[in-house]
Amino acid sequence: MTNNWNEYKTGVLGGWPVGVGYFSVSFGFGAMAVAQGVKVLEATLISLTNMTSAGQFAGLTLIVAGAALWEMVLTQLVINSRYALMSLALSQRMGSKIGLLPRLIIAFFNTDEIFALAMAREQPLTVPYLLGLGLLPIAGWTLGTLCGGLAGSALPQSIRTALGVMLYGMFVAVVVPPAKQKRQVLWAVLLSMGLSALFAWMPVLNRLSQGLTIVVCTVAAAAACAALFPVKEEAAV
Amino acid sequence: MNVYPYLAAMALTTYLIRVLPLSLFRKPIRSRFLRSFLYYVPYCCLTVMTFPAILTSTSSALSGGAALAAAVILALLGKSLIVVALSSSAAVLAVEWLLGIL
Repeated sequence: MTNNWNEYKTGVLGGWPVGVGYFSVSFGFGAMAVAQGVKVLEATLISLTNMTSAGQFAGLTLIVAGAALWEMVLTQLVINSRYALMSLALSQRMGSKIGLLPRLIIAFFNTDEIFALAMAREQPLTVPYLLGLGLLPIAGWTLGTLCGGLAGSALPQSIRTALGVMLYGMFVAVVVPPAKQKRQVLWAVLLSMGLSALFAWMPVLNRLSQGLTIVVCTVAAAAACAALFPVKEEAAV
Repeated sequence: MNVYPYLAAMALTTYLIRVLPLSLFRKPIRSRFLRSFLYYVPYCCLTVMTFPAILTSTSSALSGGAALAAAVILALLGKSLIVVALSSSAAVLAVEWLLGIL
């Protein structure tokens, strides 16, 4: 029992920095969501049930645009496809001792950062450790959205508009450093920008809905880069 | 607008993507193309969602452009996530204030 408790505590402490980081990112999501007319409670529930930044952001765009539900499903499938790869890798790493029920719970919060922490652990992964790891990131992600939503509803319009671009700034902060270091990521970014601009500004193409534009551009750019610059075996996760 | 059907569709799809490989299909992905594709997806979708949408997300393309420029420059300089994000918000405030007094 003590051993389980220690494992849980180790997990909770390990998740602390991720929880703080998530709070700030989801603050941006909450502020943006209310700026676009979604209620604070709805935005908070979206965060609590989804635990994914890019997917939620695209989802918000689709909700505001009043898209069809199948479009929402397709967009989430494409944008969140990388989690399938992470879950596969995490599944291998968990080994055969961990049963089905813990797997059903842990899958819920297998985000990029939690995955990275779990994979980086040198000791074997245990259920209490993994459950502990998820606690503060889930709390940070949900509470950040709540606070961002409340701040967004209370502040004047000019501040609200300014807070609304925070999430874009964060996306830039995620994409630019690897693009600076790796030529193939830079190509992926430039190609994505070009395609996205084409679908925003070209006649006919700009009639495609926003959700499908995200799907088409993402698939086309990622497939082109995968064909042109295949990544080495270990680097792919 | 009713958000809840969308919320359910999003949450369910995202959960299924995460849970199926962790519970049912446990074989590693061998295809190098597929692994590479999944490696590029986050960069591509974040870029597609940010550009050019950031330019139309504020009251003027000038302030949106300033937000983008501030974020790219500070990210190139290696600043942290929160600093980059706040710089883009600050750029919007500054430019919209300038546009207001001009």
